[in-house]
Amino acid sequence: MDSMPFALETAAADSSTLRRVAIDPLSRVEGHGKVTLLLDEDDQVQQVRLHIVEFRGFEKFIQGRPYWEVPVMVQRLCGICPVSHHLAAAKALDHVVGADRLTASAEKLRRLMHYGQILQSHALHFFHLSSPDLLFGFDSEPGRRNIVGVAAAYPDVARQGVLLRKFGQEVIRLTAGKRVHGTGAIPGGVNRALTRDERDELLAEIYTIIGWSRQAVQLVKRLHAADPELYDSFGTCRSNILSLVGVDGTLDFYDGHLRARDADGSIIVDGLPVENYHQLIHEEVKPWSYMKFPFLAALGPQQGWYKVGPLARVQNCNSIPTPLAEAERREFIDHGQGKLIHAPLAYHWARMIEMLLAAETIKDLLHDDDLSGTELTTGGTRHHEGVGVIEAPRGTLIHHYRVDDDDLVTTCNLIVSTTHNNQPMNEAIRRVALRYLNGRQLSEGVLNHIEVAIRAFDPCLSCATHALGKMPLQVELQDAAGQVLQRLRTVP
Amino acid sequence: MRAQYILVDGLPIPFEEGQTIMQAAMVAEVFIPHLCHHPEFKPQGSCKLCTVKANGRYVSACTMPAKDGMEVENNSPDLNDKRRTMLQMLFVEGNHFCPSCEQSGNCRLQALAYELEMLTPHFNQFYPDRPLDASHPEVLLDFNRCILCELCVRASRDVDGKNVFALSGRGIGKHLIVNAESGRLADTAFSLADKAAHVCPVGVILEKRRGFAIPIGRRRYDLEPIGMQVEGQARRRSGEL
Ligand code: SF4
Ligand code: FES
Repeated sequence: MDSMPFALETAAADSSTLRRVAIDPLSRVEGHGKVTLLLDEDDQVQQVRLHIVEFRGFEKFIQGRPYWEVPVMVQRLCGICPVSHHLAAAKALDHVVGADRLTASAEKLRRLMHYGQILQSHALHFFHLSSPDLLFGFDSEPGRRNIVGVAAAYPDVARQGVLLRKFGQEVIRLTAGKRVHGTGAIPGGVNRALTRDERDELLAEIYTIIGWSRQAVQLVKRLHAADPELYDSFGTCRSNILSLVGVDGTLDFYDGHLRARDADGSIIVDGLPVENYHQLIHEEVKPWSYMKFPFLAALGPQQGWYKVGPLARVQNCNSIPTPLAEAERREFIDHGQGKLIHAPLAYHWARMIEMLLAAETIKDLLHDDDLSGTELTTGGTRHHEGVGVIEAPRGTLIHHYRVDDDDLVTTCNLIVSTTHNNQPMNEAIRRVALRYLNGRQLSEGVLNHIEVAIRAFDPCLSCATHALGKMPLQVELQDAAGQVLQRLRTVP
Repeated sequence: MRAQYILVDGLPIPFEEGQTIMQAAMVAEVFIPHLCHHPEFKPQGSCKLCTVKANGRYVSACTMPAKDGMEVENNSPDLNDKRRTMLQMLFVEGNHFCPSCEQSGNCRLQALAYELEMLTPHFNQFYPDRPLDASHPEVLLDFNRCILCELCVRASRDVDGKNVFALSGRGIGKHLIVNAESGRLADTAFSLADKAAHVCPVGVILEKRRGFAIPIGRRRYDLEPIGMQVEGQARRRSGEL
């Protein structure tokens, strides 16, 4: 297949005549992102690229370590969703220790941990990071565009956001042992169950949590209804979608088979066992980015790119297994009028439906006595290889390990959610740049539109979350020779 | 004959002829921080963590014989500062990453760092490159955490009669080796049942495939700080706690 570049990926005009705008983060912790724009003399956008620098030393780092250390070690990969890496690694290593089926208690305890993680991450994303843009407007006064501003204008919304997150963190603490860097999941199972008291403690709050999750879905729907044109079109780009679905076709964050649909919603691949992920997905390297560009192998790099995460999952499954979230899913699907919804801002809507699903599932699990069971681990015939796939808050997360006869890891391959979404995020910001930046004086408010589009996908940029609601960006306008013409810093 | 006493931080502690300060303190359940000492093995005095002041002189409590009327300064800011510095040096010399170490909560080095309120490593990390020995079917050796206390050397030689471990090299190049032509643990008579498999105060000699089976938070020093485990008993008996 010829590699005709995507529109605006590479400037058509001679780039030496263009001016460059780099939107660069100030804080560089784990992964970080940067946007570069090339403008011609008339301020028309000629090239837009999102560069994400991932922390890639890890695969090397894990080589030569004993496999049982891995689920704890991998949490250092990401300060934002360590639990997802913890569980994906544990799932991969279940196969290595021959635990092809966990005990009921172990599987449910892990599920509880994971759904707690989804709840806390989605709450953080929506309330802390995105609600300021959505409630106040993308180019509203930047000093107010943060969770403190939300707390002043909408105290209930901010308070519920904080408490939803706290509840999710509490679920994690009780199942993983600690809020961060827990050790709950081990190859073949888990190392602790929940006591009756611990379950009661969570049960006392779960109905309030479900209530607030329902309100969050309503809030997102009101935002859509208030400006449907904006919400349906902002950065919208058609693509395939990919996610795990449960073996029964329902939305499942913890386990299942891989399913992909095309942009029209027709199923391309279904029921693919996760260990065959490499048949489905290939990765393209582009000279201008450190992050790879995965695509569905059957369709090739031009046609095969796809979205993952809430927007993909809610539309990829046949149904949602809990009643309140399922009713919301149907309404969401109806909004698409028979077509797949591709709008980045619809990620928020889907995300809140998922938060409700997580809350309802946590409630069901807490009533299940298996959570207090005593059979926590299992094992079987040893294998040298294991693949673990999980639906992390941001999308499909793949961990793949090979382990030698002496129990040491020899190779490790990880594909994280943000990598899957690399192409769609690039496409979304190109559309946003064309519509909102072309020919305009660049200001913080104008540039924030780019951030809003990126943020909808919830990429794992630690700089994006550490600043709580702001990607701290440095923006430079450069001429063709790389001379800085103007320096503009957004309010941190 | 009148009983003989030493005074540890003013507290009279009886001892028997031939006992060291450390031995007397252990019997009396008075905590003197230590790493290379183990009551079942001959003292060797290499880690210096047990440094106390006896009659005004710095000495190793684990090798210094107790003498009647000896005044021993133990739990003082000056000594604890020095001990903290020694711990910091041990931390940076090896690769001690507590959050992902399977020995976390069972490790004496970590427990002492908490006890002596070591908040940062202070010195620059050495980041040594020390490959693992995973050749043995039951036991893994992660040399990254070795503090050269020689407890395994003593246990294997004196109790197991196998001489599996030894120290080699000098100064900063000093390191633990396995006594086999190949240098691999699999090529020795070592077994999980050996005393030497269970004396490492840190996380070098590890039973394989156990990892995080016991949750962090429910491990030996998670339950009670190391000093309290020694002194708590005495204080509980005297009704102080
Ligand atoms: S392996 Fe453990 S017991 Fe042996 S010398 Fe090193 S730290 Fe001491
Ligand atoms: S314990 Fe005395 S020198 Fe190590």
